[in-house]
Amino acid sequence: MNTSQDLSDALREQVLKAATAVEPLALQGGNSKAFYGRRSSGRPLALAGHRGIVGYEPSELVISARAGTPLEEIETTLAAQGQMLPFEPPHFGPGGTIGGAIACGLGGPRRPWGGAPRDLLLGVKLLDGRGQILEFGGRVMKNVAGYDISRLMVGAMGTLGILLEVSIKVLPAPPEEHTLQFESHEQGNRTLTSKLLRKGLPVTASYAHHGVLRVRLACGEERLRQIRQRYGGEVYADAEGFWRRLRDQHLAFFADRTPLWRLSLPQAAPLELPGPLLSEWGGALRWLKSAEPAAQIRAALAKQGGHAILFRNGDPEGEIFHPLQVRVARLHQAIKKAFDPQGIFNPGRLYEAL
Amino acid sequence: MSENDRQQRRAALAAALLRLLPADAVLFREEELIPYECDGLSAYRHVPLLVLLPHTTEQVQAILRYCHAERIPVVARGAGTGLSGGALPHEEGVLLSLARLNRILEVDPDNMQARVQPGVRNLAISEAAKPHGLYYAPDPSSQIACSIGGNVAENAGGVHCLKYGLTVHNLLEVKLLTMDGELITLGGAGLDGPGLDMLALITGSEGMLGLVVEARIKLLPIPERRQVALAAFDDVETAGNAVARIIAMGILPAGLEMMDNLALRAAEEFAHAGYPTDAAAILLCEVDGGSAEVSEQILQVRKILLEAGAREVRTAADEAERLRFWAGRKNAFPAVGRISPDYYCMDGTIPRHQLARVLREIDGMSRRHGLRCANVFHAGDGNLHPLILYDANQPGELERAERFGGEILELCVAVGGTITGEHGVGLEKIDQMCAQFPDPELSLFHAVKAVFDPLGLLNPGKAIPTLARCAEFGAMHVHAGQTRFPELERF
Repeated sequence: MNTSQDLSDALREQVLKAATAVEPLALQGGNSKAFYGRRSSGRPLALAGHRGIVGYEPSELVISARAGTPLEEIETTLAAQGQMLPFEPPHFGPGGTIGGAIACGLGGPRRPWGGAPRDLLLGVKLLDGRGQILEFGGRVMKNVAGYDISRLMVGAMGTLGILLEVSIKVLPAPPEEHTLQFESHEQGNRTLTSKLLRKGLPVTASYAHHGVLRVRLACGEERLRQIRQRYGGEVYADAEGFWRRLRDQHLAFFADRTPLWRLSLPQAAPLELPGPLLSEWGGALRWLKSAEPAAQIRAALAKQGGHAILFRNGDPEGEIFHPLQVRVARLHQAIKKAFDPQGIFNPGRLYEAL
Repeated sequence: MSENDRQQRRAALAAALLRLLPADAVLFREEELIPYECDGLSAYRHVPLLVLLPHTTEQVQAILRYCHAERIPVVARGAGTGLSGGALPHEEGVLLSLARLNRILEVDPDNMQARVQPGVRNLAISEAAKPHGLYYAPDPSSQIACSIGGNVAENAGGVHCLKYGLTVHNLLEVKLLTMDGELITLGGAGLDGPGLDMLALITGSEGMLGLVVEARIKLLPIPERRQVALAAFDDVETAGNAVARIIAMGILPAGLEMMDNLALRAAEEFAHAGYPTDAAAILLCEVDGGSAEVSEQILQVRKILLEAGAREVRTAADEAERLRFWAGRKNAFPAVGRISPDYYCMDGTIPRHQLARVLREIDGMSRRHGLRCANVFHAGDGNLHPLILYDANQPGELERAERFGGEILELCVAVGGTITGEHGVGLEKIDQMCAQFPDPELSLFHAVKAVFDPLGLLNPGKAIPTLARCAEFGAMHVHAGQTRFPELERF
């Protein structure tokens, strides 16, 4: 069942030892996202034992938990109070932790409307490369004292420090959600998506693939009827399971060995790249299966102001994340040094030189 | 530096910069400099060596390159509406106003975003987006005047943060000049950017890490309908509990604001909003969305408020009345300004359930310091704006107001909150940073600063106190009664 355990001191000792020996550590939460990112050399350091919800007051809309707390435990606890993690974190597999979800910074289908992990993270307790336990942010919604170190941890893939504890804004779960399915050619679906978004319909997820558009709406039966009257669409029955399979990439689309690209770009931006495509977030997130050269894919994205991540089936020793401007890359290295002077945390996991 | 040396220094610097900039971009005469001596926190004033008003990003870049090479401090200024002294000039440096970079570069309705220069006013973005049925969500009370560059620097909020977030939640990308004049892009045109989230790090960094020269922001659909309920309470604590009830019932209001009796009476007199002036506190609760949901939710809100002990709940009869209800709240600061010669606005955030305790203790402090205090509260997100009423012409009152304010902020930290929710640290709250952060955290902040600005030329002395200053501040606490910022002149 749900256990609670504070391993701060033990982890701190491990870090001090590693820093003295300049021995890299490969941080490991639930190991559910091991496929994601570059391969990091280093001695595995298990973090999942440092777990337990340490504070949850539903009327404050904040939950604080040790980073090794299973996502499932957090989601169950919130659901019992009619609340949710608004970024709908992907699980990919069993055992995922809240710390891993924050460190990877990935949002699920609800992300454009509920917020990204970085939008919802309010504070962290962090173990840095000197073995110091530091606290940034807090448990309140608004806090502009000092630089926003907490949000810098989101998507850092553990390269800046070990997350010990995170405080996250939660929201009431919508009392009802319904999914409508539309069938049209690709352009028709794109036009409809754009219309639904710009009209401010209560959209909480979208999926477009192969002429099928599914849209999840947080509304009651009456509003749903009005929406259908105006825009059409059939009520889709197996909605809950479908969105979960999309979130966790358990749909057939994701089940092959072709390189899978995660493309982030403006929602209506045109994109001409060959290969099967699946679109989420109203078009702002697109999944592309393509063995075309990385440079070609990245250039197409850069043209739209977006970026491309080789999400699955890439070479873990190669370039997975989008290359940075030279000056920005230098700033990354300097930031890394400020947090982790000996370079012991997940070296190479995000970028080779980080 | 003697006055004579200073004038010579000014003349030499002006001559050098006039070689890089058009004549109208360099202000050096005393009478031209005076209007820039302070921002919205007028208790602190410094005349800079020069005020620079560049027209283009290239000119900003040229200024930074020159100042970097010559080791001249640079303080950036947007519209000058900041309330924490973040844009207070440096006497040995230049004040760099970004007000002339004021073009809306692109409104892109299909992608629901806009690209703007830093000097564009917050409200001007919503006005430009309106024909497309879109708007820019963060709405600080100064939105008529404040500019987007300053909003990014301060991570500005507003009265609709609970549902729509702060600047950081509505910002996609910035083009930033570092102190050595290099142009970098952080974030992206999509919903996330590559690499570390340096966009979040820049947001709210108070002009310490770089200068924003372009921002790409999100636009949202204008809600089909908005409705507001006004609830009157006989005591503040009941009002505070009602806030928790609304949220516990699963409602996410677009705005949830509270005012105490002193604040609401001042606002009523100023804006004639129709507030019940005999109430101990009022709550404004706004819901927005589709017409049907709004009707349903406002009924629910009304029911919850009455059950939670509201004496009376009114809903706006029409759009005009809704705007009137808000006009009172949005003008609360100037309204309080009318009932007192001066006021000092605080900006702490607390966990909501601590509200009753915090208000009780503020009341005690008010009596101890012999100064009135009006409370305006972004109740939805726990952001408290106590307005301390004082008269700067009465000897000792400003110092008393500052001590009172300092105590409020330290109380906010003690109950698990923060010294600033949305106004920033600037110079004003630099000592309270010592109460909020231990030395190791402060050291890391300095290390981050050094990553971007190793020479410490951008906005020196603001936002993050030196460890030495904190050691002194700790000592000062023992000797109560000493003045803060002894190095600064008083007005």
